[in-house]
Amino acid sequence: MAITLSASDSALAEAPRPVLLTPSQVWGIVMLAPYLLVFLAFVVYPVGYGLWLARDPASYVALFNDPIFARAAVNTLIFLLVGINLKMLIALFLSGFFIQQRGWIKWLSVIFILPWAVPSIPTILSVRFMLNPEWGVINQLIFKFTGEDGPNWLNDPTVALAMAIGMHIWKSLPFWTLILMTGRLAISHDLFEAAEVDGATWWQKFRFITWPSMQTLYITCTLLSMIWTLGDFNSVYLLTGGGPADLTHVLSTLGIRYLRLDQLSLAMASIVCAMPLVLPLVYFMMKRLSR
Amino acid sequence: MKLPTLREVGTEARLLLIGIPVFIWTMIPIYHMFLFAISPKEDAFSGKLWPDHPTLHNFSIVFHQQHYFLRDFWIQFGNSVVIAVAVGALTLVIATCAAYAISRLRVPGSRVVMNLALFTYFIPAAFLAVPMYRTMGKYGLLNNDWSLILAMVTIASPYAIWVLKQASDKLPVELDEAAVMDGASPLQIFRLVYVPLMMPSLVAIGTYAVLLAWNEYLYAFLLLSNDKDITLPVALGNFLAADDSPWELLMTTGFIYALPPAAVYYAFKRYMVGGLTAGAVKS
Repeated sequence: MAITLSASDSALAEAPRPVLLTPSQVWGIVMLAPYLLVFLAFVVYPVGYGLWLARDPASYVALFNDPIFARAAVNTLIFLLVGINLKMLIALFLSGFFIQQRGWIKWLSVIFILPWAVPSIPTILSVRFMLNPEWGVINQLIFKFTGEDGPNWLNDPTVALAMAIGMHIWKSLPFWTLILMTGRLAISHDLFEAAEVDGATWWQKFRFITWPSMQTLYITCTLLSMIWTLGDFNSVYLLTGGGPADLTHVLSTLGIRYLRLDQLSLAMASIVCAMPLVLPLVYFMMKRLSR
Repeated sequence: MKLPTLREVGTEARLLLIGIPVFIWTMIPIYHMFLFAISPKEDAFSGKLWPDHPTLHNFSIVFHQQHYFLRDFWIQFGNSVVIAVAVGALTLVIATCAAYAISRLRVPGSRVVMNLALFTYFIPAAFLAVPMYRTMGKYGLLNNDWSLILAMVTIASPYAIWVLKQASDKLPVELDEAAVMDGASPLQIFRLVYVPLMMPSLVAIGTYAVLLAWNEYLYAFLLLSNDKDITLPVALGNFLAADDSPWELLMTTGFIYALPPAAVYYAFKRYMVGGLTAGAVKS
């Protein structure tokens, strides 16, 4: 406000020199305006309104007394600590596989990216049907070969959560493998040739050449993946629906569950409770990326 | 011709030992979906790995909307297309203008805007969904295509602005200076110099936004609910509501729904790999 005022004041005084905004800066503000409008209307207002809804301490008491919330928080931590680390280790390993110069590996990498290229809904539903205890292809095959009924996959909370984690890994593994591949390809080939001459083993090459040049990228990827996984709604919601008995919810599906039950203040409170997990990660990523 | 040495055979065998499981792991859910799509109802539930009588009949049922769950298939397909295209176009306009203002015009406070956008990018969209749903209700946009379009533009823009800003920081400043010397206005530079030079990144970002909107489930399912307003993924999710869902038709619809984004992805892979993965993680 002060800037525009002084700009018009000086224009009135017919002194073009001390004008604070050059024409190109005026254009800049005009061009920035659409995003700012979107940001104000669909980020600032909703977040402010949501925080206002979540202001009542009673809803936090209710939330902490809800066993489903505690379970969802634990599930989220398992999802992050086990799921993400497993995924990133596999991605690190596979990135080494996919940079091999072979015709068939090049073709395989084209197929490998499919889970990332196709929408997640149909593939998650496909897995859900595969795991159906009666008609699913897995239990049909188990019955065919052993004559026994297979397990009721999605009816056991531990197995169901493991399946949701597997679904998440299936979907996002190609992306992270691709990113880590670019990291591996950036390492100078001379280093490996020198190590070869010195008779270094496979492990020594990884330990002393690959890892030192990739560790920053690897850690950044792990943290970024954790942030995104916190918001992975589909893998859990469409595979298990949070069931059986609401035991496989994660924080991102829990908020929607409360919303569907018309418990809006609980929904917002559960999201606010996820923030201590989200904000440090976001802060770290912002520092890494906005340099 | 030189015969491969034992060592080479060993290496190749070890690579195959990794490659084959990777192939199977990747293909299982997709093949299963494809299998259902080409199986008649009797074969679909028999646990066979290839149907006795593969058929395209399921596709014909979907295309002719000959099932209760599919009665609005084409409308829903159209909704998905309209929303994805609108999100792509709006995101491109908003993000390109913003990136130009931040990177080239050096508006005061643009660094703050960039950081705010980045912050939004990192907050998982699922956590914004609840407040967004309420806000759309307050704006009176629920069950209106615009609610989903605007929500997706909000989610797509931060990353779009960031990638475009990174790309435009690499364009030489001398270009702008030369154009200014020739008396070009900021708008002319934008139209005649900036946009043409940024084309590869713009294609990548447009594709990113279109795919993001086409694939979105959570927001679509919260913001739209009438059968004639919803997008295809929501319609697919609705199949689950009934116990006797026709799986083979659901998988056929899912297969049709998955084809366009896969095709777009592979067609623009060149841009996607260069433009987006470089931006996704800067090390």
